Amino acid sequence: MKLYEYQAKELLAKFGILTPAGQVAASSDEAVRIAAVLGLPLAIKAQVQVGGRGKAGGIKIARTIAEVSSLSQQILNMKIKELPVKKVLLEQAVDIEKEYYLGIIVDRANKGNTLIFSTVGGIDIEEVARTEPDKILKFEIRNKFKTQISEIPNEIIDSLIKMYFAVDATLAEINPLVITKSGKVIAADAKIIIDDNALFRHPEFSSISEGAETDPIEAEAQRRKIAYVRLPGNVGIIGNGAGLVMSTMDEVKRAGGSPADFLDIGGGAKADVVKSTLELLLMDKNIKGIFFNVFGGITRCDEVAKGLIAAIDELKIKLPIVIRLTGTRSAEGCKLIAETKLLTASSMQEGARKIVEHISQ
Amino acid sequence: MSILVNKKTRVLVQGITGREGSFHTGQMLEFGTKIVGGVTPGKGGQEVHGVKVYNNVKEAVAATQANATIVFVPAPFCKAAIFEAADAGLPLIVALTEGIPTQDMIDAVNYVKERRLRLIGPNCPGITTPYEAKLGFMPNNIFKKGEVGVISRSGTLTYEIIYELTQVGIGQSTCIGIGGDPILGSTFVELLPDFNADPQTKTVVMLGEIGGSDEEVAAEYIATKMKKPVIAFISGRTAPEGKRMGHAGAIISGSFGTAQSKVSALTAAGVPIAETTNAIPEMVKHVLQRS
Repeated sequence: MKLYEYQAKELLAKFGILTPAGQVAASSDEAVRIAAVLGLPLAIKAQVQVGGRGKAGGIKIARTIAEVSSLSQQILNMKIKELPVKKVLLEQAVDIEKEYYLGIIVDRANKGNTLIFSTVGGIDIEEVARTEPDKILKFEIRNKFKTQISEIPNEIIDSLIKMYFAVDATLAEINPLVITKSGKVIAADAKIIIDDNALFRHPEFSSISEGAETDPIEAEAQRRKIAYVRLPGNVGIIGNGAGLVMSTMDEVKRAGGSPADFLDIGGGAKADVVKSTLELLLMDKNIKGIFFNVFGGITRCDEVAKGLIAAIDELKIKLPIVIRLTGTRSAEGCKLIAETKLLTASSMQEGARKIVEHISQ
Repeated sequence: MSILVNKKTRVLVQGITGREGSFHTGQMLEFGTKIVGGVTPGKGGQEVHGVKVYNNVKEAVAATQANATIVFVPAPFCKAAIFEAADAGLPLIVALTEGIPTQDMIDAVNYVKERRLRLIGPNCPGITTPYEAKLGFMPNNIFKKGEVGVISRSGTLTYEIIYELTQVGIGQSTCIGIGGDPILGSTFVELLPDFNADPQTKTVVMLGEIGGSDEEVAAEYIATKMKKPVIAFISGRTAPEGKRMGHAGAIISGSFGTAQSKVSALTAAGVPIAETTNAIPEMVKHVLQRS
């Protein structure tokens, strides 16, 4: 779960890391009221969970109250990479003397956590890693980790590490970490990702996760506990197992189609789950047809077929549907499907071709 | 021969009295796996499918001389279960559970490694050596004994490919699901040497997916040390950036972890890439005919 900048900064502040004085606003009126308290000039920053918001015009400096009103309105009307800006963060401007990068990330290759420091702050760290790798320092965090980075005080490193583990983060990044002209060390921007698998032991984030910005269908999928990702195409895809569903998407693309989603119904798919997933897919009005691709392992294909036929009937689905069943009792399953008007395929490749053909007709 | 498990492997099931643990113990026994005991705290003395249950791993190992364990425990308790198995010195630990916190796994993986034991998983279907032993929940009826090693980050996609190989008469030596999580007990590069050393295995099918750099690391090993041909497949070529595709580990971050990066690395290492799953059996057949 990604946190918004303002949420990330609240968290850093709790662990004793200084952040610029600031407050969030959801309207320009609210922004004006906040400006009266914080004073001018103020930075107005779009709260969206995508990179490149500065380039997109999502960060502005207001020097007068009139500017606070007009610029916050302007930013609140924006969409950045398709995401509408719902809140802006207003912050007192910081006197920058120096900017650094400080972050901690789960390092998959090393099966551990790595602290990263760079004297090049404020820009994309991946870019720095590519172009100036010698400006990046990496430290593996082990038990009783101690490091000395001469440019910044140890306390801030210790606080960031403490916060990172306390909240089960998989990424915590301060970029830039600013040293002000008066010598203060301030987190001017921050990005934190909390491990979804650990949310069960962090009730403090439950209200945040409900308010997280996602596509409305993705949000509904989350409520129904269905692994779903919306994609821009028109071929609905349902399958069991993440790898199989991803391959199905790839096959639809190879066949000249465009996948509308990733949807994994998981193991042992029961009739009610099949129905719930179909309902969810139908919320996406771009979908022109559905490809249902299931491998029956311990789950029997004839049972999947029965559940599927019942659900399609109940939901009165008129879209073309191609069903491909393979594995345990697939012959029996296919026989049941053959008695209906549903289309069948004997391989993932044939199924992908069939659904793409039917949609383009 | 095979790798990691065979008919002599003495297997424990941690979490044997749970719904999944109990059902799959039945399936594994049916497959022929030598399950010597189960563990559920507080339920010692009970029996599940005729398998005796113990209160803790240490007690179970002392009574049964088990040398492998399967962890069927719910995610919040997996770290403790893996630590317990490692403390009992079990050389092979297979963790199947999905949804274990990343930091728990970092701790568990390093704990197991420090003790020079092996961990497979988590979030994986386990290991199967056809007609010898199954540790996990791959379907029983898809296998045939043979010369192809299968190693994969996925579940059903793996079953499908094993099934397709079997359908055309190509058997397998050992099939391993390494798991779909970002932090894994054993990655491709940590298991390819086992296949390399196994006389039964003539070729390896490696099924990768987007996220991380395990395929790129494996490519380097294959180019320099692997003596046997490897055929690879990568899923998620159409996956968008920044979205978790079901598996916690299947996510592209920026320009990192893309299918293209994996395909390029493997191609540069001389590994033929199957563009589509149904090309795999033909490619394997071709390789086996040449060897």
